[in-house]
Amino acid sequence: MEIMEMTALELGWKIRKREVSVREAVQESLDRIHVLEGTLNSFVTLDPERALARADEVQKGIDDGTLTAPLAGVPVAVKDNICTKGLRTTCSSKILYNFVPPYQAEAVDRLYAAGGVIIGKTNMDEFAMGSTTETSAFGPTKNPWNPEHVPGGSSGGSCAAVASCEVPYALGSDTGGSIRQPGSFCGVTGLKPTYGTVSRYGLVAYGSSLDQIGPIAKDISDCAAVLETIASYDKKDSTSVKRESYDFTSALIDDVKGMKIGIPSDYLSAGLDEEVKGAVLRAAEVLKQKGAIVEEFPLSLVEYAIPAYYVIACAEASSNLARFDGVKYGYRAPEYEGLHSMYKKSRSEGFGEEVKRRIMLGSFVLSSGYYDAYYLKALRTKALIKQSFDRAFARYDVILGPVAPMTAPRLGESLSDPLQMYLGDIYTISVNLAGLPAVSVPCGLDRKGLPIGVQLIGDCFQEKKIIRAAYAYEQARGSWQAPELAAAQMQEDRQAQSQTVAQTGEAKGQRGGDGHVKTI
Amino acid sequence: MANLISDETIEYVGILAKLELSEEEKEQAKQDIGRMLDYVDKLNELDTSGVEPMSHIFPVHNVFRDDVVTNGDDRDNLLKNAPKVKDGSWQVPKTVE
Repeated sequence: MEIMEMTALELGWKIRKREVSVREAVQESLDRIHVLEGTLNSFVTLDPERALARADEVQKGIDDGTLTAPLAGVPVAVKDNICTKGLRTTCSSKILYNFVPPYQAEAVDRLYAAGGVIIGKTNMDEFAMGSTTETSAFGPTKNPWNPEHVPGGSSGGSCAAVASCEVPYALGSDTGGSIRQPGSFCGVTGLKPTYGTVSRYGLVAYGSSLDQIGPIAKDISDCAAVLETIASYDKKDSTSVKRESYDFTSALIDDVKGMKIGIPSDYLSAGLDEEVKGAVLRAAEVLKQKGAIVEEFPLSLVEYAIPAYYVIACAEASSNLARFDGVKYGYRAPEYEGLHSMYKKSRSEGFGEEVKRRIMLGSFVLSSGYYDAYYLKALRTKALIKQSFDRAFARYDVILGPVAPMTAPRLGESLSDPLQMYLGDIYTISVNLAGLPAVSVPCGLDRKGLPIGVQLIGDCFQEKKIIRAAYAYEQARGSWQAPELAAAQMQEDRQAQSQTVAQTGEAKGQRGGDGHVKTI
Repeated sequence: MANLISDETIEYVGILAKLELSEEEKEQAKQDIGRMLDYVDKLNELDTSGVEPMSHIFPVHNVFRDDVVTNGDDRDNLLKNAPKVKDGSWQVPKTVE
């Protein structure tokens, strides 16, 4: 098996057994990126030199026994709204096009401590605002299953990079579905932890009460291992929660006998694509065959989640994004008259359309005279939505449903009608409002050959239940399926390489040296 | 569209959001915000009287710590990102005459 087609844990194991060196793994990742990036555009910034130097450092740590973690030496990609010290972090926005963080996100620090090797920063919707990765100032990422389709968003770059085996795993962030929805569209596994589980220190804030960092990988075992690595109580994040346990991998058990699984009947009604519905219900049937008790139930309030979310998320965004003013970092407009003009021009030129739209809506709903009618109303609705989940989790261990109403749309189809795009987040958004953990697991392909995901939602702090259900499902489903496109391109490249070797007698040199720092 | 956004409102939102919009962008913003608010008005179907606004899902309150400096002086590093620097400080247009 190709190195990059292994799961992160498999590769980590090979590295610990000295069957694969860290440098080999990193070089292989860079080689694949070199071949596939032209098609996919998963990355905004790559730094091969830094990654290779880090590889040697980690190898030393493994050799001298100081690095023993299961992910030591495994390459990882990080979404570009998570600060990496000394490595450009843009949020895929012009306003941060040149920002090199002087500090590191806590989640990244924890990956470092465990021997992670960061390959690069992945593309995303600008400031994580979007569901397609098309609002990026660095151009859209393409879906590895069919490059005419979007990868989903906002963590589209991270999900495409994992799906195409450019990297074995990646970090994403999820404010309204931004890990789970692109995970579903790209056929990879993405987990959003309970709010407060992974420190938000160093995650560029969008909707602070909703944002969580989480893992994206080929399977649930990798996700559990990554979550175990990055989750922590962190004093630097005032919303960090001290959990009783940070063990997640012990839930990787193939047993769901007696587990109570509820399917919200309101998730299966109008608007859900028939093929998606079929695949999701087949996944439920698999768990039932394994001994889970599966039934439909009315969750209620589903249609109120999206309007409540957009009021809350935009309100928080308008406040969080006030810091981008052209003073201390990022883009400053070249021409202005006075301080306020500089603020306004820098922001108007630096932010994209969707970001401005959300800042304006947020400013409006927080303005005096509208605050009660919109913002407080949304917070009250949020309380009701949380209550409806509380009632559901009094009866069920896990809630099962679709991730998105349909598979990945074609590029260019979504942005013309923002409201329509927002409606696609109907099954993921309420999870963020209620702070719950949820995972998206690949459960089949539609007739167009595009992946479908099933979503497993747990009660707060009950990650282990969804991990267990996902693991049991995976055991029945079979191992992860890679998109053919990426494999075909790699095959083509290998043939071209071996021809070169045959003709010139020269082996391929070190590639992936085309470290790019994309410009707008 | 039930929610009609006036020119004055858009001007005001522009001031709050610190955004400078062209006439065309203003018209678009009026439409976009109006349409979103029509959709958000759906929340009025819900009776939320007596429901406390929930800003945080866990019962957390302000988190305090002792006021002890733990980070060092990182001035040079921080200024590397500055669009304009003068004498070890961020430089901005004149704010006080």
